[in-house]
Amino acid sequence: MQYEVLNCEDVADVLADCARGESALPVEARRHVEQCLRCQAEVVQYRKLLRALHKMRTELLEPAPGLLAEVLVGLEVAGERQALRSALAGKKVAYIGGIAAAATAAAAGGAIVLVRTRARRLAS
Amino acid sequence: MPEEVAGLVAAAQAGDRKAFDELVRVTYLDTYTLAYRLTGNEEDARDVVQEAYLRAFRGLKRFRGEARFSTWMYRITANCASTHLGKRRRHRHEELTDEVVDELHSGADPEASLEADSLRAQLQEVLRGLPPKLRAVVVLRDIYDLPHEAIAAELGISESAAKVRLHRARRKLREDLFPMPADDDACNDRDAHAV
Ligand SMILES: [Zn+2]
Repeated sequence: MQYEVLNCEDVADVLADCARGESALPVEARRHVEQCLRCQAEVVQYRKLLRALHKMRTELLEPAPGLLAEVLVGLEVAGERQALRSALAGKKVAYIGGIAAAATAAAAGGAIVLVRTRARRLAS
Repeated sequence: MPEEVAGLVAAAQAGDRKAFDELVRVTYLDTYTLAYRLTGNEEDARDVVQEAYLRAFRGLKRFRGEARFSTWMYRITANCASTHLGKRRRHRHEELTDEVVDELHSGADPEASLEADSLRAQLQEVLRGLPPKLRAVVVLRDIYDLPHEAIAAELGISESAAKVRLHRARRKLREDLFPMPADDDACNDRDAHAV
């Protein structure tokens, strides 16, 4: 079976993925790494690097005081704006509702007038 | 902690403002840490944290319980940091570049380097020296474990671009952490191909 001969540059990008356990090395890459001390050393270095990066996940950095208060104040302002907007939107709905109710009342009133007129006409 | 967070999320989604404040209280150090790692400085990190919680507050109804709240917050923070840094650069008329500038160690105090004897301390330093665009992908992938497609989506780049940046970032970090002795290796044609 013929394999493509790869050099260090060809396999460079997959070494870290392999060290992270994301992907297995393709056959050709593995053949190169098995014979190349330099690439083997790099895999070991990537493992150390990735382990150290992974550990950083649980470290927390401490900001200068005041950040929490700043965020909470910002949220309060945003919350008030949101409440105001929905209150205004509510009023708008009430206003439109008022117009609709008035129109319905007017239409109903008109209908009553019409019925009376017809009734009068029938009576006469 | 995750159950506590889930309870707070549910209460906040039901309109309990106090619950959202409490959610901020229990998660903001985590959010700040990520923001700092992405922006590289306190001032920008604080702005990003502010913006991220405002966006989370406005978008909370859209949050579905399938993802963890922390992951959702990381994505929002990454997106805010990317927008924030983009705006800053445009403001300063800087070119958007992800070129690796090799001056990380040139100005470094040798005594300070000696003090940074643990790998972790050195890693913090070399990470800070990465260009923001490269730093973002390696932080989100290798520290916070976000999937490639999420990273690409939040940074506004293609998935393949995110992978290319990740490879470059990891390589730069490795080279800075484990500098090679003078090259006498026959198997060394890498720099000629480096992008
Ligand atoms: Zn090799």
